[in-house]
Amino acid sequence: MRRVVLAVVSTAASLVLLLSFKSHGSTATATPPAAVSTATTSSGSSAGDSATSSAGSATSTRRKTTTSSTVTGTAANTRYGPVEVRITVSNGKLTRVNAVEYPTSDPRDAQINAYAIPALSQEALAAGSANIDLISGATYTSYGYISSLQSALDKAGI
Amino acid sequence: MTRHVEPCMGTVFTIDIRDEGEWRAAIAEVVTWLHQVDAVFSIYRSDSDISRIRRREIGIADADPLVSEVLDRCLDMQRATDGFFTARRDGAFDPTGLVKGWAVERASRLLLERGSRHHAINGGGDIQAVGGTAPGAPWRVGISDPHDKRRVVATVSGIDLAVATSGTAERGSHITNPYTGQPAAGLASVTVVGPALTAADCYATAAFVMGTAAAAWLDAVPGYEAILVGTDGSAVRTRGCPVR
Repeated sequence: MRRVVLAVVSTAASLVLLLSFKSHGSTATATPPAAVSTATTSSGSSAGDSATSSAGSATSTRRKTTTSSTVTGTAANTRYGPVEVRITVSNGKLTRVNAVEYPTSDPRDAQINAYAIPALSQEALAAGSANIDLISGATYTSYGYISSLQSALDKAGI
Repeated sequence: MTRHVEPCMGTVFTIDIRDEGEWRAAIAEVVTWLHQVDAVFSIYRSDSDISRIRRREIGIADADPLVSEVLDRCLDMQRATDGFFTARRDGAFDPTGLVKGWAVERASRLLLERGSRHHAINGGGDIQAVGGTAPGAPWRVGISDPHDKRRVVATVSGIDLAVATSGTAERGSHITNPYTGQPAAGLASVTVVGPALTAADCYATAAFVMGTAAAAWLDAVPGYEAILVGTDGSAVRTRGCPVR
């Protein structure tokens, strides 16, 4: 049995890195993996940045131009119905993730999705900690969401 | 670096190979394996071997040989967890709690046999990693905060390690205490770290069912360490879990 070398590093508020969008070397089948990865500190932007979220004209003087675009992923069919994700990219950075369509026909689905989709959106956005290779958690079962997100990211060319 | 993402078993598997070279064929084998496991073990597919066993149409001896292998592992893990992990639910055989971790561990072994020395497979949050991200560089695994998915509660790093987390997932508490029949309560999540994913996963499930008593129990499990997050957000580690 191989020896396990492990060390637990501090807790605290490092942000999650779940999906990564950069594909290094493609593979035979299907989607290149996701892998969100942004700079370590989520800032890089000064105080005035709170206005940026709604895209449009960013006020920061440092920045020359803000290029913002919205891309909708291909709808992914799941057992419960189609899931479609829309992303907003500003200056090459993912700034917003929304599920524009997801199953709500069954009250239980609606309940699940009302919780799961915002959680997944936050995970995708919370690109923060560049120091993590993988995430362990009792989390993502929503592969329809992930595959639509991936296709949006592919289209956006991030 | 070669990565592949595969939706399967209602979740997403990420195969991340850090060795140089051409890995498409090996990845295709892993993907085939994962779908084969789903075809045999899914309780959501009426034509799976497991569904047919549950309907008593066939016996275990008539099923795919993987079924008896999994049944043996389930019984081993049931013994090792004092019955807190079980493959029996509502009176029927249901190895779902073991199959994903076992499938990932086997997939990792397959990559090892194909010559990979540095890779990780993440099956819906349960991870088997071999080697490191490069020779001598450990994998860094963030443990998702069960109360706020944007955050991690801890980071575990290591070479050759498995990490499994059980908890109240997005579909709510789906783990029941086999002794009481009640949904597990008392903890928000348990993460177990050790050499092999099948065992780590079953220990995590059992510990989650045990609740707050699990920390003492896990202290006595050799080779495996754990981080337990309480419903109040407090995190507890087993004694051997080195903190830096």
